[in-house]
Amino acid sequence: MSGRIFLFGDDIDTDQLAPGQYMKGGLAELAAHCLEAVRPDFPASVGPGDIVVAGRNFGMGSSREQAAEALKFLGVAAVVARSFAGIFYRNAINLGLPVIVAEGDLGAVRDGVEAVLDLDAGQLQPAGAAPIVLEPLPDNLKALLADGGLVPHLKKRFAAERGQDW
Amino acid sequence: MVATLAEKIIARAAGRQSVRPGEIVTAKIDLAMIHDSGGPRRVEPILKDLGVGLFDAGKVVLISDHFVPGDTDEGARILELTRQWAKERKVAFHDGEGICHVVLPEKVHLRPGMFVVGGDSHSPTGGAFGCYMFGVGATEMAGVLATGEIWLKVPGTIRIEWQGRLGLGVTAKDIMLALCGRLGMDGGKYQAVEYAGEAISALSMQERMTLSNMAAELGAQAGLIGPDETTARWLEGVGSDPGDWSGLKSDPEAALLEHHVFDAAALEPQVAAPHSPANAAPVGDAPATPVDVAYIGACTGAKYDDLKRAASILRGRHTAAGTELMVAPSSRRDQDRATDEGIMKIFEDAGARILPNACGICAGYGADRLGENVTCISSTARNFKGRMGAASSNVWLASPYTVAASAVAGRIADPREFLRAGDGA
Repeated sequence: MSGRIFLFGDDIDTDQLAPGQYMKGGLAELAAHCLEAVRPDFPASVGPGDIVVAGRNFGMGSSREQAAEALKFLGVAAVVARSFAGIFYRNAINLGLPVIVAEGDLGAVRDGVEAVLDLDAGQLQPAGAAPIVLEPLPDNLKALLADGGLVPHLKKRFAAERGQDW
Repeated sequence: MVATLAEKIIARAAGRQSVRPGEIVTAKIDLAMIHDSGGPRRVEPILKDLGVGLFDAGKVVLISDHFVPGDTDEGARILELTRQWAKERKVAFHDGEGICHVVLPEKVHLRPGMFVVGGDSHSPTGGAFGCYMFGVGATEMAGVLATGEIWLKVPGTIRIEWQGRLGLGVTAKDIMLALCGRLGMDGGKYQAVEYAGEAISALSMQERMTLSNMAAELGAQAGLIGPDETTARWLEGVGSDPGDWSGLKSDPEAALLEHHVFDAAALEPQVAAPHSPANAAPVGDAPATPVDVAYIGACTGAKYDDLKRAASILRGRHTAAGTELMVAPSSRRDQDRATDEGIMKIFEDAGARILPNACGICAGYGADRLGENVTCISSTARNFKGRMGAASSNVWLASPYTVAASAVAGRIADPREFLRAGDGA
């Protein structure tokens, strides 16, 4: 997959991703305010295929999965970060949003450049810069993402189990 | 084979003799806890979509706390849906009895050694009872309710030891704010934190619950304390059978990911400046900031032990002019006990407004959420920008002692100025 890089720093929290005051308004309204506290132009300028790149502890805070849903709604294809908060990481995978830990240094990554993300090869290639090595995803998470998240994954599993019962 | 407490509980839940950190395993859950916010309204549509029921209604506990007292149209609607679901699905339901993390052990749902998931980020609270308990989002909870199992990467254990004894006016909340400051909000690395040492052993169960709860602020998956006599006595006190907990401890030779040792006697009361628990510093280093609202509430700040400490400062005193004190006791049980002992009367005499046994303004729900530019000192666990209300509001975190002292002073104040020897923790 390829898209533009939207670069963020450390400690992006769930209240920045899914601000509490817009939680009532539905996903479209919530997404329209995603990350505006740290980058006001983000909701309007990010688009399908774009990649969020961030520092440490992305998604810290609440268990609210709208934090990952909002990114997905805006078309974000994946988040690459130095590290993720655990619940956000699980939520994102369960909703079918790839989240990948960067092993390599992100210091040379520039905001706004085109980049190619190759999950199989475990690498992010920003235009005009050295490729960044990504931590391999465990097989169970690859399977979840390949199915599009936990709900389609479970549908498939239940259908197979019912099939065996017959 | 030697193992940490976390590894022992996970191995049992995964049906294995032993597990190694980093392995991905599937574990059968002993209990799932959900609340009105992330529970029925979010999980039921997914269960319907999957076309399945609950894996075992007897292993599901539902607690209403986030939208209690239903003082908005939306809150009332969500509570009604929650009550209806509890009836239809025939699960244990505690309605308006208090905050889920406090009610769950009170109502005899937790026993040492259990593997538990909760639909709330502060679910590590169960670790105080020797349970491996962690929080998940609504979609993952729906998967748990449908299958009774969940995957996890076996965590390494980060042992956090507090040697010596805490001084006067210093509490579990101060330990946690100091840890957030020193280790950072990702210091827990989504691994298992295990608290130990003389100062931890000396803590009451409710103080231990604050430590386990705020493992979430350290970014850990779980925050465990090995069960001991204190755990067993507390559980027996609420009518629970603690079971055989004797083997539920980390073996001394078990490999640790990290080992931190701190001196409890040197710890001072802490405050965390807006907008992160990691902005913690001794209260004496904080500017004498005037406070508009002092809030004693939440799962980490308004349990019986917390109320008792706050009252020891408020007894015979009144809140400063221009400072509003709100008290939302964490559970009905704790409020009843506090009422019987005259503690609630002390709050009322001090000018406090008493709110229902629920999450209150901690997560920014309900009618009392903070307005524009309000400065609040709060006994809650988390002070992210805009969490408790307007984005322009500023929240300082502190212990119930420090919140009470600040309510009286009308500015951030050191509780030790108000405590006499003998009033201590």
